[in-house]
Order: sequence, then C-alpha cells, then structure tokens
Amino acid sequence: MSQEILKEEERVAFGLRSLYKQYGYLPYKMSKFEEYDLYAQNKDFLRLAGVVTFNDTDGKLLALKPDITLSIVKNDADSDVKRKVYYNENVYRVSGKTGRFKELMQVGLECIGNLDLYDVFETVYLAAGSLALISEKFVLDLSHLGILIPVLKSVNSGVAFEKAAVRCLAEKNEHGLRALAEEYGVSEADTARLVKLIGAYGNPDIVLDSLESVCTCDNSKKALAELHSLWSLLKTTEYADRIRLDFSVINDGNYYDDVVFKGFIDGIGESVLAGGRYDKLLKKLERKSGAIGFAVYLDLLEGFGEKPRLADVDVLVLYNDRVCAETLAKTVRALIDEGYSVSAQKSAGGLRYKKLVDLTGGGVC
Amino acid sequence: MLNIALPKGRLGEKIYDIFERAGYECPSIKENNRKLIFENAEKGVRYFWVKPSDVSIYVERGAADIGICGKDILAEYSPDVYELLDCKTGVCRLAVAAKKGFHDDGQNTLKVATKFVKCAEAYYASKGRDIDIIHLNGSIELAPILGLSDVIVDIVETGTTLKENDLEVVETIFPISARLIANKAGFKFKTAEIEALLSKVKLLIG
Repeated sequence: MSQEILKEEERVAFGLRSLYKQYGYLPYKMSKFEEYDLYAQNKDFLRLAGVVTFNDTDGKLLALKPDITLSIVKNDADSDVKRKVYYNENVYRVSGKTGRFKELMQVGLECIGNLDLYDVFETVYLAAGSLALISEKFVLDLSHLGILIPVLKSVNSGVAFEKAAVRCLAEKNEHGLRALAEEYGVSEADTARLVKLIGAYGNPDIVLDSLESVCTCDNSKKALAELHSLWSLLKTTEYADRIRLDFSVINDGNYYDDVVFKGFIDGIGESVLAGGRYDKLLKKLERKSGAIGFAVYLDLLEGFGEKPRLADVDVLVLYNDRVCAETLAKTVRALIDEGYSVSAQKSAGGLRYKKLVDLTGGGVC
Repeated sequence: MLNIALPKGRLGEKIYDIFERAGYECPSIKENNRKLIFENAEKGVRYFWVKPSDVSIYVERGAADIGICGKDILAEYSPDVYELLDCKTGVCRLAVAAKKGFHDDGQNTLKVATKFVKCAEAYYASKGRDIDIIHLNGSIELAPILGLSDVIVDIVETGTTLKENDLEVVETIFPISARLIANKAGFKFKTAEIEALLSKVKLLIG
C-alpha cells in the first residue's frame, strides 16, 4: 500500500505498532463492549463524565468502552514475567469541550509487572519515540506525583485545599495559589514551596536542582531521586532536548501516583499523548504488580500536516450515453496505468480535477 | 509570532494599551476600519478582537496562543488553559442579589436566575441549598422584580443597576478580574516569547 494514500492518523498508527513490536510489546485486541459494573466499581479512579450503556439480549448492562487500561488490567494475575501489550482501539467518552459523547481513536501500550527503573525509562522513551513519529517538533513534559502529593499533604490544610491547589498547579496559576494559601492560612514558607512547583518547568537539569528545597519529606526526596535516575537515562537518548519537566502535568483520572507525562506537537492545540505509572489502580484491584502506560490520541491528528487538496481526482473522464462502455473502460484503464486517479462521470458537477478527458464528442462504438 | 485574542470592548482596549506600553504595539489596531486581524511582524504579535466569552475558546483550541479573559468565564466554562496572570483590571464580582429586604428562610427551593449556571450550582451545592436554576441570557435583574426568581447570580461592578431596580447584593461569590490565559500546547513551543511578554506586562500592572 502506498504511504501517500494513508491519512496521517493511519500512517502514525502503522508506525506506532511497528515501534512497540520492536520492544516486545504484543498486540492486545479487545471487545468493544465491557460490563458496566467495571466502571461503576471504579468510578473514583476513572472520573468519567458519562458512559454509553445499553442492555444485551440477556438484559445484562453493557457499556461502550470509555477506557482501555482498566479492561487490560482487570483480569491479569501477578506474574514474574512482565506483561507488555499495545492496543489500537476506539473509546467513547464525553468531550470536555462539547459535553457530548465522542468516539476517540487511541493507540497505546501498557507494561504490567514488577517494574523497575528500566521499565519506566523504556515507557517514557517509547512515548517520546511515538511523538517523534508524528512530528520532529514535539515536547514531552514529565512530572512526578510522588513529589507533588507529599508536598501538598505536608501543608496539612485538608482535602478541599489540596484539590484547589492541584487545579492552580495545573493552570500555572500563581496568583490563584497565593490567594488560596492566604484563605487557608498556609505559612509563607509552605506557600513559597508550592509556588516554586508552578515555576518548576523546562530543562530537567535546571529544574531538578531547583526542587531540592521543595522536597523536604522522605517520600518527596525518594521521588526526586527517582526522577534524577530517570533523567540520567533519558538524557543519553536522541530525544533529550525534547523532554522537559513540568509540574502542571496532572493527568486525568485518579489512578496515577508516580511518574506522569504528556506529549505535545507543534501545531496541535492540545496534548496528543498522556500516560504515567498507576500502581495505585492495581493495588485497588488487590494486585502486587506495578503498571505504567500511555495512550496516543490519534483523532487529534486528523488533518494535521495535510496540504489543502486542490483537486479531488487527477483526471475527470466525461462521457455520455453515446460512448460505448468498452471505449470508456479502456480510457480509464490507460489513465490509471499512467498513475492518475480517475473519475468517470456524465457531468462534472462540483468535482475538482487537474485534467479533463472529454469523450462526449466521439468514441462511439 | 504570538497570536493574541483580545475581548472586544472597553476591557480589551485597556489591555491593548498595557501591551502597547509593554512594547507590543500594533498601530493598525487603532485605525478605524473593519479589519479583524492586526499584525506587527517586527514585534512578533498578531492581535484579533473576539467576543469576550469566546476568548477562552480561541485559546483552548490553539487558534490564539494567549488571550485576556474574565475570571467569570474561566470559572463557568473551565477551559483547559494556563491562567498566567491576574491583570487586575475589569475588577468586579460574581454576587447573589435579591429585592431589598428579601430573606431566604430556607423552607422552599430557592429560585435562582442567572447566566452563570455552573458557578451558581457549585456555590449553592457547597452550601447544601436546594435550588431551581433559571437560565437567562440577559436582563437578569428583571427576574426577581417580576417574580420569576427569588434571587439572581450575576456580575456586579458598581451596583448602580441593582440600586436603580430596588435590588441589593446579598452575598459575594467570588471576585472577578481580567486574566491572561495561554494555550497549554502553544506555551510549550513559544515559552520564551510568552514569558518575555508576561514579565513586561507584570511590571506595568504591578
């Protein structure tokens, strides 16, 4: 199949599948439907605005999948061998922008098992590689909730404060965070640590150094050390100058608790990739394993990088009832053999074409 | 080139003046014509005027890199954008107002007329008060006068319109001012330009 005929999202999907296979990820094909109970039981983790449901012939309540990760991890058992899978599936979610259901095409991968530094590195590296397949102008923003959450908890101002503060961090909203801290009587020193997180973005070498004063408890120090180790591996790769730290990355869903990341492409107004480590979800499912993964939102690539088409077909072959089918078939065939795309029509209508072959004046059998 | 969405009207003009003083002038914007987009390639800025409530949409979807938007709009629509600066202009508040002397005894469902449905719902949900929301698009002050609602939730600047209609502010929900917002993806690729503009504007705003 010619690469030219593929739409951008199809070309990327082919490339991503090939990339994931190289690293030993196996394809995972799943059913379009899932029992609704799965989402009802895990609604706190998914934070879904809505699920499309319907009754099966036996009355069982089913749902069109709003999430892939949960379906992959739900039936797994802990094992010594890490499970590495990739998928290419559609999900059905309420769009935050329109408030209506939307079908979204996702390609992604999950790595489940007894994870170590290499697994986290490999996943982040593959996330960067996925973005590079879409465009060389990309940025992968990396954060660590193991730093953010302990810092917020150490302020000791309650859940309402933490939620509002997380929103301010996600918005890089320093003035909002300062006002919030004042409202909750947070000390100047703690406010300064939180504000520092808002400003902690950019080159990881610089940002990591600036975080030393923010991470005062054992948990956040441990997370910072993990981030240092991860960066020391990532900085040796070809994507080093595309990877940044940014603590405004707080991914949707409540199941991330460690490294999280988001990918951006120059020219696309929102993040096209999101992922992270979600051991918390597996713990809720009473599993000892850890898990990390990400998804690429292919629907956002629709039309990306495409040049405006000036013609619908290369050649329009005009004919009428007096033109015999044999002559028409030969003409069309010959043009196709020359490499043109051809549309045989009795009227041009609104069709845009580069070249016209008009058989209406001759070609009678 | 930074694409900047400005809200049409007095607030937008005031903000443009600040940007101009910060060194991001675009003289063509002051010409009396029907152009929609104004560019100063040398300064690396392209301005466009949009309806105030649409600024966040242009920015969220990346048609504009940055924009100026009221906190009321941000609170009501929760666009996925960065809120980088409080411009401290266009200062007002979102408030609950009612006919003078109105007392909410809490015995019946409170009828609330407003344009800001989500903000009103969130406010009363936080108080655990049962309400009946009446979504209006304009002339909100009429609702309690004609008995359509018990109270209104609306923007109050000086309070003159309320006074002239025998209404008064009962509670303030939150203060409002203009905010400088940025598209999250755009910020990644134009960080230096946005930060430079931000620091110059910050100096002028104080």
